Amino acid sequence: MARQPDGPPPPPTVQKLRIRYAKRGRLRFASHRDLARALERSLRRAQVPMAFSAGFSPHPKISYIGAAPTGSASEAEYLEIGVAIRCEPEAVRAALDAALPEDIAVLECVEAGQGTGSLADRIDTSVWRVELPGVSLAELQPAVEQFLASDVVTVAKRTKNGLKDIDARPAVASASAAEEAGCAILHMVVRQVTPAVRPDDVLAALAAVADLRPPSPPRAVREAQGRLDDTGTVADPLGPDREARSSVQEEHATV
Amino acid sequence: MTAELRTATGESLYPRLEPLLAQVQKPIQYVGGELNAQVKPWESADVHWALMYPDAYEVGLPNQGLMILYEVLNERPDVLAERTYAVWPDLAGLMRENGVPQFTVDGHRSVRDFDLLGVSFATELGYTNLLEALDLAGVPVHVVDRDETHPVVVAGGHAAFNPEPVADFVDCAALGDGEQAVGDITDVVKAWKAQGRPGGREELLARLARVDGVYVPRFYAVTYGADGTIAAVTRTRDDVPERVGKRTVMDLDEWPYPKTPLVPLAESVHERMSVEIFRGCTRGCRFCQAGMITRPVRERTITGIGSMVEQGLKATGYEEVGLLSLSSADHSEIGQVAKELADRYEDSKVSLSLPSTRVDAFNVTLANELSRNGRRSGLTFAPEGGSERIRRVINKTVSKEDLVRTVTTAYANGWTQVKLYFMCGLPTETDEDVLEIAELAVEVIRAGREASGRKDIRCTVSIGGFVPKPHTPFQWASQASAETIDHRLRVLRQAINADRRIGRSIGLRYHDGKPGVIEGLLSRGDRRVGRVIERVWREGGKFDGWSEHFSYDRWVGAATEELAGFGVDLDWYTTRERTQHEILPWDHLDSGLDKEWLWDDWQEALSEEEVADCRWTPCYDCGVCPTMGTEIQIGPTGRSLLPLTVV
Repeated sequence: MARQPDGPPPPPTVQKLRIRYAKRGRLRFASHRDLARALERSLRRAQVPMAFSAGFSPHPKISYIGAAPTGSASEAEYLEIGVAIRCEPEAVRAALDAALPEDIAVLECVEAGQGTGSLADRIDTSVWRVELPGVSLAELQPAVEQFLASDVVTVAKRTKNGLKDIDARPAVASASAAEEAGCAILHMVVRQVTPAVRPDDVLAALAAVADLRPPSPPRAVREAQGRLDDTGTVADPLGPDREARSSVQEEHATV
Repeated sequence: MTAELRTATGESLYPRLEPLLAQVQKPIQYVGGELNAQVKPWESADVHWALMYPDAYEVGLPNQGLMILYEVLNERPDVLAERTYAVWPDLAGLMRENGVPQFTVDGHRSVRDFDLLGVSFATELGYTNLLEALDLAGVPVHVVDRDETHPVVVAGGHAAFNPEPVADFVDCAALGDGEQAVGDITDVVKAWKAQGRPGGREELLARLARVDGVYVPRFYAVTYGADGTIAAVTRTRDDVPERVGKRTVMDLDEWPYPKTPLVPLAESVHERMSVEIFRGCTRGCRFCQAGMITRPVRERTITGIGSMVEQGLKATGYEEVGLLSLSSADHSEIGQVAKELADRYEDSKVSLSLPSTRVDAFNVTLANELSRNGRRSGLTFAPEGGSERIRRVINKTVSKEDLVRTVTTAYANGWTQVKLYFMCGLPTETDEDVLEIAELAVEVIRAGREASGRKDIRCTVSIGGFVPKPHTPFQWASQASAETIDHRLRVLRQAINADRRIGRSIGLRYHDGKPGVIEGLLSRGDRRVGRVIERVWREGGKFDGWSEHFSYDRWVGAATEELAGFGVDLDWYTTRERTQHEILPWDHLDSGLDKEWLWDDWQEALSEEEVADCRWTPCYDCGVCPTMGTEIQIGPTGRSLLPLTVV
C-alpha cells in the first residue's frame, strides 16, 4: 500500500491575486522556466501565504498566462496566485517586488473580481516595440509598408519538430515605423495565435518581403497585452477586476 | 620595457556581449544578477580576483568551494571577487569573431583585467577548459609567456594535489582548504602592488611560494631517468620550501560559509541549498582521494548546522536542504540533527536530504526521519565493490547479508527506488567480483518485493570505472584498461538480464571505460602530460566531462605523438603498476599522509585486510595530524536545537 501524507489536506484558496510584472535589462534573457523558478522562490522569501495542492509534493497555486520569448523584454507579463490567507494586494506587490531580482519588477497586484471571468480570456493580443540598432527609418518604413501590403508572407519557424513554414501576415493587426536617436523602432500589435507569431517571425517576414537585414540583433519589448477590440485598442486585462473592486467599495460606502 | 604598462580598468563588456547573447543557447547563464551575487566598484578594491569553475555554468554555479571563496573574499573591503565559467562553443565562437574576451558574469569584466584567476578543479577533465578560458581572455596559456600585467593563475580543488600535468599553465596551486589561503595570497599581492610591483612577476611568484600551502611549479625542476620515471624534483630557489604542505581550516563553526548562497535564475545541477556538516573523512576507503586529502574530520556542531540551515533558507527561498559531507551519517550527532531539523521544518514545505553513501540500517532510519511527511522515492547506497572480498580490498566492508537486509528495510519503509553505486576495475578485481553485483541486485529485488508486498519497487545499479588517484593507497595500482572495464560491464548486463521477471525491476547505468583512461592519465600524470593537454585543446578539445564533446581518439592520438619523444605512453601512465620507491610526480606535495603508511595500506589491501576508523579507534599512523598540527574535531556536544523564535 502506497503511503499517504499524514494530517489534514492543505488549506484552500481564499483569495486570488492577479499580478502584472516586467522583465527588463539583462533578465530579458531569462526563459519562462527561469522566471517561474525565480518567482516561486521569491514568493517564499516574501512569505506570501500561498495555497498549495494536496499530496506528497504540494505545489503552490500559480498560473502563468503566456510568456514573452527568451530574449524579449516585457512590461506586461501576467500571473495569478491563490493564497490561503487573505492579503492586501499592494502589500503582496511590494513584498514580492523586493524579493525578486532587480530586473524583475512587480508592477500591479489586484484581487480577482468575483464573477469577472478568467484572466486568460482577457488576453489575446500583444503590443510590441522592437528597436533595430543600425537600421534607419528610411530602411524600415518601406519594409513595413510592403509587409502590410502583402496578403501572405511565409517564413520558416523553428519548432520542436524542426523548421515549419508559417504565414506571419494575418497575426499582425497593425504595424508602424518610427525613429528614436537614429535607431529605427518597429511598433506592432500582434494577435496571439497558434502557432505563435513572435517578433522574430515578423522580422524574418521583413527580410522576406524587403530584404531588411539588421546588422545586429534587434531588441523587442512587449509593452502591453490584452483583448483587441474593433477599434484596434488593446484593453487592460486587469480592468474588470479593478472595476469590480471599486463597485464593491462603493456598495460598502452607501451602507 | 618600452611598451606602456597596461592599466586594467574593469570596464563592463556587457554592451558588446549583449548582441551576441541573442544568438546563443541558454543566454541566461551569461548575464549574472543571481540572488546574493555581488558587484563592487572596480576602484574600491586593491586586489581583484576572478574565480573560475572550469565547466558549464549549470555545473559550476552550485559548487560549494567557489561559493565559499567568493563570499569570504568579498567580505574584505579591499577585495573584489567575481565569477567566470566555461563558455559553450556557440558563444566562444562569437566572442572570437567579435573580439569579446572571457568575462566575469558579475560585472562582465575582462578576466585579463584581474590580478588573480583562481580555478577550482574538482576533476582533471576541466583542464582543457582552463586553456580555452585563458586563450579567450587574452592571457598567454604558458606561464613563461606572461608578464606582470597578466593575472596570476591559481589552481585549487582536489586535483590541485597533483597539478604537475598543468604546471606549464598555472602559476601556483593552493593545496587544501582555501578559506584562509586566499586571504594570505591577497595580502601578498596587495603589498607587492602597493610597493610598485618590485621584481616583476618573478618576485611576486617567489613571495607567493613562501605562503603556506602555495606551490609554484616553476621553482621546482623535474628530471627523468632512462626508464622514464622521475629521477629528482629539486628546488631552483632556496627561499621556497622543499615540500609544500596543505592548508587545514580548524573549527568549522568559525567559517559558516556560504552564509548567503547564490541562487541562479538558470537551471543548475543542484536545485537545492547545501550545508556542509563536516569536512574530512577517516573511514579509510582506499580508492577515495577526497577521504585521504581532507583529513582530519572536523565537524560543524548541531547548533552551527541549525543556524546555517535557517539563515540559508531565509537568504535563498530554496525548498530543499542537503546536509553535505563525505559520509553524512557519520556525524556524531546526526540522529539528533535529523530529528530536530525535521521537527523544526515539519509544518513548512522545506525538505531535507542526506546524500547517503554507506550501506547501513541507520541510514534508512535517518532518511525516514527526514522524509517524515514527504514523498519517499529514491534512496542511494554506495557499496562500491561487488563482492565481500573486493569490499575488503577497498576497505569498505559490509557483508552481503547486511546489504540485502538494509535495502530490504528501505523498501519495507515505503522507499520504492534504491540506487546502488559500484565501481569496476578495482585492484585485484576479477569478472566474478563484478558478477556478484547482479546476484546482489536480484536478491535485493526478491527480498524487497516480499518485504514491501509491492511489485513496483526498483533497483538501479550505477557503475563506473575506477581511476587510481594520487595521495591514496591505490596510487601505485595498475588501472584497468578500457577494454577490461567494457568487458566487465557487458557480462554484468547479461547477468542482470538473464531472468527477465526480476531483471525488469533492475536498471543498469554505466559509463564506458574510455573517459576513465584519460582521467587516469591526467590524475597520475607528470609535467610531460601538459603537452598532451595542450595539443588536445589546440585540436578543438574542451568540455571533456561531457560525452558529446569528449573525443577519446583525439586524446589517444595526442598522447601517442606528444609522449613518444619521452619514451613513455598512455599505458605507462595508466595500466602500469608503480614500484614502492618510484618518485611519484606529487611526492613533493604534502597532504600529511605518510608515504610509508600509504604503501603499507596498499599492501594490506592486496592481502584483503581492513583498517579501522581513527575516530573510534585512536591512531595517528596515517601521519596527517602530527604533520599538520591538526586534531580530529568531533562531538557529541550535548547541545540541541532550540525552537526558532517567531519573527
